[in-house]
Amino acid sequence: MEKTISGQNLSFSEDGYMTDFSAWTEDIAKELAKEENIELTDKHMEVLKFLRKKHEAGDSLSIRSVGKSGIVDIKGLYQLFPGGPLKISSKLAGIPKPTSCV
Amino acid sequence: MKRILIVGGGTAGTMMANKLRKALDAGEWKITVLDKEKTHYYQPGFLFIPFGIYKPADVIKPKSTFIPAGVEMLYEEAEKILPEDNAVQLKNGQQLNYDYLIVATGTSLRPEETPGVKGNLYYKDIFDFYSIEGATALGKKLRSWEGGKLVVVIPELPYKCPVAPLEFIFLAEAYFTEQGIRDKVDLTYVTLMSGAFTKPIASKMLGELLEEKNINVVTDFYTEKVDNEKKQLVSFDERTVDFDILTIVPVNMGSKIIENSGMGDDMGFVPTNKHTLQSEKYENVFVLGDAANLPTSKAGSVAHFAAEILFDNLMHSIEGRPLTASFDGHANCYIETGYGKGALIDFNYDTEPLPGTFPLPGIGPFGLLKNTKINHYGKIMFRWMYWHILLKGKELPVEPLMTMAGKKRNPIDLNK
Repeated sequence: MEKTISGQNLSFSEDGYMTDFSAWTEDIAKELAKEENIELTDKHMEVLKFLRKKHEAGDSLSIRSVGKSGIVDIKGLYQLFPGGPLKISSKLAGIPKPTSCV
Repeated sequence: MKRILIVGGGTAGTMMANKLRKALDAGEWKITVLDKEKTHYYQPGFLFIPFGIYKPADVIKPKSTFIPAGVEMLYEEAEKILPEDNAVQLKNGQQLNYDYLIVATGTSLRPEETPGVKGNLYYKDIFDFYSIEGATALGKKLRSWEGGKLVVVIPELPYKCPVAPLEFIFLAEAYFTEQGIRDKVDLTYVTLMSGAFTKPIASKMLGELLEEKNINVVTDFYTEKVDNEKKQLVSFDERTVDFDILTIVPVNMGSKIIENSGMGDDMGFVPTNKHTLQSEKYENVFVLGDAANLPTSKAGSVAHFAAEILFDNLMHSIEGRPLTASFDGHANCYIETGYGKGALIDFNYDTEPLPGTFPLPGIGPFGLLKNTKINHYGKIMFRWMYWHILLKGKELPVEPLMTMAGKKRNPIDLNK
């Protein structure tokens, strides 16, 4: 799936996750956030950058790990990204859909 | 003399000790297993204890029964691993040096990670079936229970034996029916996942089975705490579920030993190469079973399949050859569904559980993602195989890598 966002032609997975990690910019995140009806604040951005850093390091991501990051607690994370904090934040951070590996 | 040190004498560690002792020259290699516990638990059996199907004695044997002659078994508590020094530090201050280390420390149950679990209601109305104590206490409660709301909750991922909470609620449904009080019991399955199971086809099959058995399902519920006064589960997005009996899958984390050693990820699992099973960081450290951060189920079947791969790679490493054996994440799980029936799933890193048949020479085929009596017998038979074949590191008639034989991809899957 292809979409043009802030002048860039980007490719997305079936469920709407960016497939090219390096193509991500803060502006793209802001545009994607609009589709989720979220106005991105600095706090949001901090979470997105944390997720990108963790993903790049190959670490597994969980709501709990964001909650322990010192950026925001779990309750706060739910308020920032209502409805599915890890799924929505991953989408906006330009990383793949989180998988629960069980 | 050189030494292979195995930290953890559970399913994974015991299997490895048996395999290695047979293969390595006793004059050249010393093999040591380190574990503070003297009892080996058949953990898949815990599930049956609350319903009186198994008694505690059915799932307990001394660890020493399964440690072969020529392997040193030390019942000592490890404090931490010192991978830079190739040593393990014990609680008693002693240090054990190794040439190779196999980390088989498993998971540890951390009920206290969910606020309110270990309060006044613990083992009165709040239970687990992941420990012998929890399963026994729950069994006692159920025997005199006259009905109400029974809730099963999965508060965190990953947890071992991902199908166990489903099996528990299926068995509970059958148990209350047999007791004649099914109409007085409200059963609810609460999970942080978006469905009954993670992978789509299995999730659909199991979801339908839950519906058929009139079991409520609450999904995407990330538990914040248990309110002891209101007897309610509370999620981070402020939803609540009432209970009379709460059965929780305690938060699973890696062993404290891993935490103390600074060798774990956020949840205390050791970053491990998912194909070679070598530690990502240390060449002479391998990780087997639940302790590894592999993206597959934490389950005995996985440890068993992985053991064969790890064994090959360790031999290669000892001989200075490249690590060519590659694990595929193979898992194989029986799912008890009650009334003497069961289902079976077989999958790996890349292939989700699919319907079809599972070939097993001499016994099978078993039905995959089908609810049948033969699958139930498979599970019952497995306890014998576990004690007599699996722990002793003998071959089971199942290949370590997953096979597509008998599996059917459905049309939806082909369109992907």
